[in-house]
Amino acid sequence: MAYELNGTTYEHDEEGYLADINVWNKELAELIAKEENLDMSEEHWEVVNFLRDYYEEYQIAPAIRVLVKAMKKSFGPEKGNNKYLYTLYPYGPAKQACKIAGLPKPTGCV
Amino acid sequence: MEEPDVSQPGVTKKFMYVNRRAPYGTVYALESLEVVLIGAAFDQDVSLAFLDDGVFQIVKGQDTAGIGMKNFSPTYRALGDYEVTKLYVEKESLETRGLSEDDLLEITYEDEDDDWAEKPSIHVVKRDEMTQLMAQQDVILSF
Amino acid sequence: MLHTINKSPFETSTFASCLGHAAAGDAVLLIEDGVYAAIADTEPGKQIKAKNGTVSFYVLGPDVAARGLTNGSLAEGIQVVDYAGFVDLVAEHEVAQAWL
Repeated sequence: MAYELNGTTYEHDEEGYLADINVWNKELAELIAKEENLDMSEEHWEVVNFLRDYYEEYQIAPAIRVLVKAMKKSFGPEKGNNKYLYTLYPYGPAKQACKIAGLPKPTGCV
Repeated sequence: MEEPDVSQPGVTKKFMYVNRRAPYGTVYALESLEVVLIGAAFDQDVSLAFLDDGVFQIVKGQDTAGIGMKNFSPTYRALGDYEVTKLYVEKESLETRGLSEDDLLEITYEDEDDDWAEKPSIHVVKRDEMTQLMAQQDVILSF
Repeated sequence: MLHTINKSPFETSTFASCLGHAAAGDAVLLIEDGVYAAIADTEPGKQIKAKNGTVSFYVLGPDVAARGLTNGSLAEGIQVVDYAGFVDLVAEHEVAQAWL
C-alpha cells in the first residue's frame, strides 16, 4: 500500500500512516489530507507543524489530551481545546493530523 | 484517538513500573515505556523505578544512528506531559555501573499546583528507600 | 581465538565466564549490551584493565554511542572498532566464540 505523488511511491500501513517519517513533505501531506477529505487551511497546518515539532523533540506522537494541553500552552486556550481540534479534524485530531504529519499512530490510540 | 472510559468514579491506585533492563539489547525497556504512556490515560498514581541495568535507559547522550535502531530516550522527557512525574533511580545501581546523576537525562515536569513551576522528575534514592517505595504500591509491573 | 560478548556483565555471568576462559593472546570484543563491561571504574572495567596485555580488548563503537557512553568513559587500553574492524577481527582469528 502506498501513496503516489509525482511519480514517487510512498509506502504506508493499512490505515494510511507513512512507513517512513523521513520521506514526508508538504505536498504529500496535502495528498494524505485529501484522502481524509480535508482541505489544509493555515489552522490545519499549525496543528500538523506542531505535531512534527513535538515528534522531533520527544520521538513520540502525543495522545490527544497531551496535544490539547501542549497546544494550550503554545497558542492559548482558544486553540488548546478539544472542540477546536475536532472541528479541524473531525475523525480525531491525533489520528488524522498525525497521519497527515507523516507520524506513526499515537501511542495508546486504539 | 479513543480515550479509555475514565468516567467511572474509581479509586486511585499506586502503580509502580520497575525497569531493570538496558535499553537496546532486549525489547523490555521500550515495551515498558509504551505501557506507561498508554496506562497514563487512566488516572492513577504512577511512578517509575529504575534499578539494576534499568538505569542505563535514562543515560543522556544516546546516539543510535550507528546501530539502526530508534533512539527512544527523548521520550522519557515527554513523561511530564503525560503526568508521570515520579522517576526513582537507585543510587547503588548507578554506582555499580560507574554512573552518577550527572550522567542522566534532564527530565522535568510542570507543577500545575505550583504555578506551572518546572521541577525535576528524577529522584535518586538509596536501596532501602526504594524498598519502602515498593512496599507502598498497590500494583507493581516489572520489566 | 576471538571471543564476542553481547550481554551486560551486571545482568548475567557471561562476561565473567568468558574472561575466565580467555587464554593469553586471545581477543575479546564487546558488542551490544556487552559494551557496558567497558565502563571504567566498575568491577568489569577493572578486570579488563588487569587482564589487558595478556588479552586484547575491543569494543564496538556504534554500540557504545547508542548507549550514551563516550570513548573517554571506557576502561584504559580498550580499543574502539567500527563494523569494518569487527570484520577484520573475525578474519584475523581462526576461531570465533560468541558468548551469549
